[in-house]
Amino acid sequence: MTDTSDPPAPREQRPDDASAADSSPPASASPGDRAAAVAAPSSATSGVAAGKGRLGPPPWLAGGFLAPALILLGLLVVYPILYTIWRSLYDADGETFVALDNYVAIFTDSATFQALKNNAIWVAVAPALITACGLIFAVLTERVRWAAAFKIIVFMPMAISMVAAGVIFTLVYDHAPERGVLNAIAVGVHDTFKSPSPYPGVRPREQGSPLRPDGSGGFSTTAQVRPGQSVALPLVALSPAKQRDLKAAKAAPAQPGAVTGTVWADFAPGGGKPNQIDANEKGLSKVKVEALQGGKVVATATTRDDGTFRIAVPDGAYTLRLAESNFTPPYNGVTWLGPNLVTPAIIGAYVWMWAGFAMVLIGAGLSAIPRDALEAARVDGATEWQVFRRVTIPLLAPVLVVVFVTLVINVLKIFDLVYIMAPGSSIQDAQVLALRMYLVSFVGESPDQGLGSAIAVVLFLLVLPAMIFNIRRFRSEQG
Amino acid sequence: MTVTTKAESGSGLAAGAPRRSVASRIVGRLGNGFVQALLALIALIWLVPTIGLFVASLRSASDSANSGWWTVLTAPAQLTLANYGNLLGNDAIARSFVNTFLITVPSTLLVVVIAALAAYAFAWIDFPGRDWLFLGVVALLVVPIQVGLIPLIQLFGDIGLFGTIPGIVLFHTAYGLPFAIFLLRNYFAGIPRDLLEAARMDGGTEWTIFRRVIFPLGGPAIASLAIFQFLWVWNDLLIALIFGDEDSYPLTVAIQQQTRQFGANIDIISSGAFLSMLVPLIVFFAFQRYFVQGVLAGSVK
Repeated sequence: MTDTSDPPAPREQRPDDASAADSSPPASASPGDRAAAVAAPSSATSGVAAGKGRLGPPPWLAGGFLAPALILLGLLVVYPILYTIWRSLYDADGETFVALDNYVAIFTDSATFQALKNNAIWVAVAPALITACGLIFAVLTERVRWAAAFKIIVFMPMAISMVAAGVIFTLVYDHAPERGVLNAIAVGVHDTFKSPSPYPGVRPREQGSPLRPDGSGGFSTTAQVRPGQSVALPLVALSPAKQRDLKAAKAAPAQPGAVTGTVWADFAPGGGKPNQIDANEKGLSKVKVEALQGGKVVATATTRDDGTFRIAVPDGAYTLRLAESNFTPPYNGVTWLGPNLVTPAIIGAYVWMWAGFAMVLIGAGLSAIPRDALEAARVDGATEWQVFRRVTIPLLAPVLVVVFVTLVINVLKIFDLVYIMAPGSSIQDAQVLALRMYLVSFVGESPDQGLGSAIAVVLFLLVLPAMIFNIRRFRSEQG
Repeated sequence: MTVTTKAESGSGLAAGAPRRSVASRIVGRLGNGFVQALLALIALIWLVPTIGLFVASLRSASDSANSGWWTVLTAPAQLTLANYGNLLGNDAIARSFVNTFLITVPSTLLVVVIAALAAYAFAWIDFPGRDWLFLGVVALLVVPIQVGLIPLIQLFGDIGLFGTIPGIVLFHTAYGLPFAIFLLRNYFAGIPRDLLEAARMDGGTEWTIFRRVIFPLGGPAIASLAIFQFLWVWNDLLIALIFGDEDSYPLTVAIQQQTRQFGANIDIISSGAFLSMLVPLIVFFAFQRYFVQGVLAGSVK
């Protein structure tokens, strides 16, 4: 029984705006194809084969048309490449020939080597991540009606500068949870699952207190207690703002068969005696008190509003402990732009900028896949996942490679985003080659343009494979 | 689903098919609902950072220092245009805004004109070594600007262009050319031969043909290129940072310098950054189609 009543998702509504891409062929990354398709369906052959023996201008005329471009390219692009290579063989002053010393320095100078390592991380992570995002977005948007709106939203960051994006994400990553949206969310989520401790930073006096730190962040009594005793558990260092919200502390009467006591803030404006409940001193409510015997918790209680508690226990000697959970400092989120996370954080901002690029290119490729191929696979009983893995992905492979290679080239040259986002304290941890090249060559008291040139040449060598790839692709398209 | 279909199969195909489709439609709806929700979440994640900057640019420095931008949801009274007023009163920023135009517009025009001339020669004039020369241009596509910085500082210094707007423009023009020539040549090559031959028959000079046939017909590609180049120059930091000085810095450098100052002025930075985004966003929304095409074509860069 063939399923005729289950048509594929409607694809007649081509999102018209954000995806002018959709009208292009899969290899629309090649302007040649697109230009031919748009302007001249009748003459798809490229102009390379133009005019042998036909009416045409004399060859020398080309010189006039080419002159401005060739002069600029020769003087400002080709000559600098050669000069930079030559300069990289000389020392900082440009006086002494040092052969390959500057290239050795890239590996021995720790800051430059760090840049090289970070570039490797960037190349390993960012292009793959962005291509994956682009693929997922492109596939998913094929199934919704508001694809055009979605594409605009995700593609928009492509239009803005890395400086603006850097400022945007510096705000997002602000480590103070009351300012940075990411940490506000992190703290919100964290506190939902683990409620914040009521008295962060509160502690016993260092001397003369019946309590002492138990080594794990909590506090336990120095002396053992027995049922029928009432114990005083004074604490200090409670913020005045917090004190205002609390009720006055009361001494707990002794009761048989239970340990009783009071946990309170042992400080009142204008004095008061240590370890004694004075007027105006506030009881700490909701403090978790544990009774321990032989190192094990045998009973617990929580203090009331006036700071009193009662733990019913059988006769014996106990240690009381105020658990660490009462005093842990509040969770403040993650230091995104600190030394450990600065590179991943900046990569995150970069993904935000470039995912739209990958999505649009891959989307154009998707829309060019012949529907017949997909339908045939479905009719043969393939699941959607199999269709995706076995048909869509292989047909899409050329586009994915173009996206990936383009991203590798761009990622290698990353500069602005790192320079804007990395705070001074962790800029060395975020170091990348292009930034190092700039800092070494132009900033500081003793710039070293020999090393700077060597870094530039290394960058050039790193993008060289991509350049060769481009030329080969171009030639095969021409062929 | 399969079970239902089998149970119903006795009553005939006509009855079975719709039933199955109801079930699979429900499954499809659920799946589709999930996709919709996921995409909505992603769209939100992509939007919120920009909204955050925009709202921050509308809050006073002390508000921004003490609370998050999302507090405007409950206290909209804190919104103010004062930052933008201060921005215009800030000499460095105001001048850099003008500089950005003075750098971007000539860089774009020069690249378009020079590249169009060269692309025409590459596409429609036969001369020896043409293909190799064009291959050379393609090879320059991915040359990182870093290799040009040190030599050109010296060269521009020697001829008095260092630190000036023309120097920055010249750098942008040169490094924009390979992509521009590549893009336009491929487009021009697709213009129907008949049109050119007809013009040549009529005795048009190459210059006339270029002006009357190629330039108008190349419109879409030229538009894509112009937008792409415009945004590339507008958004540049590195070139202007190195080749500019106090009087010729564009907006990106002015903002960057604010972020490096002690006790960063969030009010100036956020409003300045948003100002710098405004023109690219206008260009993006006004010329979306060409922009996307330019990006697609420029995926080699």
